[in-house]
Amino acid sequence: MLTFAVRRVAWTVLVLFVISVITFFIFFKTPGVDPARALAGRNPNAQTLAEIRAQFGLNRPLPVQYLLMMKQLFVTRSLVSYSNQGLLVVPEIAAAAPATLSLVFGAAVLWVVVAIAMGVAAALLRGTWLDPVLMVLALIGFSAPVVWVGTLANYVSQGKLHDSFLFSWVPPLGYTPFTQSPSLWFKGLILPWITLSILYIGLYSRVLRANLLEIQNEDFVRTARAKGLRESRVVARHTLRNSMITFVSLFGLDFGALVAGGALITEVVFAIHGVGYLLWQAFTNLDLPTIMAVTVFGAFFIVLINALVDVAYAWLDPRVRPT
Amino acid sequence: MAAIIEQVEAPADLRPEVVGRNPWALAAHRLRRNRLAMAALGLFLLIVVVCLAAPLYADHVAHVTNPLAPNLNGTTVINGKIVPLMQQGGGTLKLGETPIAPTWDPYHYALGADNLGRDVAALLLYGGRSSLFIGVASAVICCLIATVVALIAGYFGGVTDSILSRIMDIIWAFPLYLLAICIATELLTHSNGFQLGPLHVSSASLWVPTLIIAFVFIPYVYRPVRGQVLSVVRKEFVEAAIASGASTMRLVFSEVLPNVVSTVIVLLPLIIATTLLTEAALSFLSIGVQPPNVSWGTIINDGEALLYTRPWVSIAPGIMIVLTVLALNVFGDGLRDALDPRAKLRVEG
Repeated sequence: MLTFAVRRVAWTVLVLFVISVITFFIFFKTPGVDPARALAGRNPNAQTLAEIRAQFGLNRPLPVQYLLMMKQLFVTRSLVSYSNQGLLVVPEIAAAAPATLSLVFGAAVLWVVVAIAMGVAAALLRGTWLDPVLMVLALIGFSAPVVWVGTLANYVSQGKLHDSFLFSWVPPLGYTPFTQSPSLWFKGLILPWITLSILYIGLYSRVLRANLLEIQNEDFVRTARAKGLRESRVVARHTLRNSMITFVSLFGLDFGALVAGGALITEVVFAIHGVGYLLWQAFTNLDLPTIMAVTVFGAFFIVLINALVDVAYAWLDPRVRPT
Repeated sequence: MAAIIEQVEAPADLRPEVVGRNPWALAAHRLRRNRLAMAALGLFLLIVVVCLAAPLYADHVAHVTNPLAPNLNGTTVINGKIVPLMQQGGGTLKLGETPIAPTWDPYHYALGADNLGRDVAALLLYGGRSSLFIGVASAVICCLIATVVALIAGYFGGVTDSILSRIMDIIWAFPLYLLAICIATELLTHSNGFQLGPLHVSSASLWVPTLIIAFVFIPYVYRPVRGQVLSVVRKEFVEAAIASGASTMRLVFSEVLPNVVSTVIVLLPLIIATTLLTEAALSFLSIGVQPPNVSWGTIINDGEALLYTRPWVSIAPGIMIVLTVLALNVFGDGLRDALDPRAKLRVEG
């Protein structure tokens, strides 16, 4: 177990290093992209360019430039945005994080609860008409583009029906911090939560149902039934618990990807100023430092979550532990 | 796929027990018995045919000469009266110009006009061509590259396998949209297009989103296919081929490849479904299809501005995407059940 953890950590560090090097090269060393020119603004003269190069260390050797960039990202946190030079990139990302976390956490709670309910119900009701109905619903949820679901939700809740009793509680688009008004925070996030979770409810309930059906035929479930356990206990303690292994590892990956900017479609559609929204704005301004910072932090977050999932997995299930 | 099925189909006069148990024939038989999957395949093919017929619709039914060009001063006919496409003072505020609403008349702007006075119904079909092209082409490219890499990694094993698998892990570690945004930033900053070997690709070309999407999904196909290669390489028939002195090329292409093709075929429709959804998302963020081309994603994006006055501009392409992706997912499920009944394959996304 210890060697496994050590090897996993070493590999994680290597991946993080490679990712940061790749991102550095993509954004600052491709032909045709000159950071000094981007910083200098319109029609700079040669002297200004030279000054900027010296000031930002752009005339130093490549490894030094890479180290400077990483220092600006992680130590001094002084990376400057191209589009607005008064703006520091790292604090900007930190300020956007609570909105993204609120969105993703809420959606995650919703999709886990609903997906477990739907998956278990479909597996238990196999052979009745409810199983196919639930699975068709899951398939539709799994097939609907998030952009479109969000757009429809906006049309319904902000359009003509906004004045009807059904949707009059929906606040205007945007994000209200929890500290400012908990009730507005909650109301404003309900539709984004639903929009974001529909895809995952579809995916997870299908996966869970398939796993449940597979495990129902295992010997230990038959043993549990033969011992005379109640059906509810067999499902809760034996089948469901063992079916959750795939569910949990999928959840780790998806949750990580969403926090790291994967929720940007939902954020853009509902004008929630989170990390994904920041990334999208940076893209429309071609603000390379911000894109790079979000990419590096996002990829780091995902790699760390993946490593945690792997270690937790090996701890839960000794069979997958490599020797 | 259809060609393969027909080649192996047994003559009708042979009794079932006499027919050789060719796995492809068995799979085709199982697939044909799955009515739901066949209906889904039919729906998908219908959508493809209808979208391919876009110029026919534009020329002979809707009479739009250039469906992608702005048509702000155009007119159409409603109930025998000539009406301008852009109406003054529409919407709730009675200000500015609003394009006409859906007429539900296939000859005259059935789904209304968009912000530029273009026929939404015709746009929908032309957009479908781009979306389907990107979805199918990127899925095929992705599966081809992933299969070749998986064959190399699985067959040669050792250091080759470790290096290739680690590269795939790194692509996998980048969040999907982040990776797509990175590549798109890179490609779109070269506004004159860029050189890809001997090919010149302009930055408005459909190949840009196609290649981006193909690239980001390579690890999703690579992982299951590599697993399959690893298990096939250890089988006795490969050993027998080695013993009879087969060359490496022969081993890889005629012994291993045919045994992993079914895995790739099962993944293909599910990957097309995923790439279609990704195209819509990227085009919505304006990283995908660039003007003057349109796709279902860009039409949804354009419709955002008209959402509260002319919702059909956004709703219609969404319905097309849901139908197409749903058909592909249902057919993909059926294909998996037919080709590989004890499968553990799954597309995660």
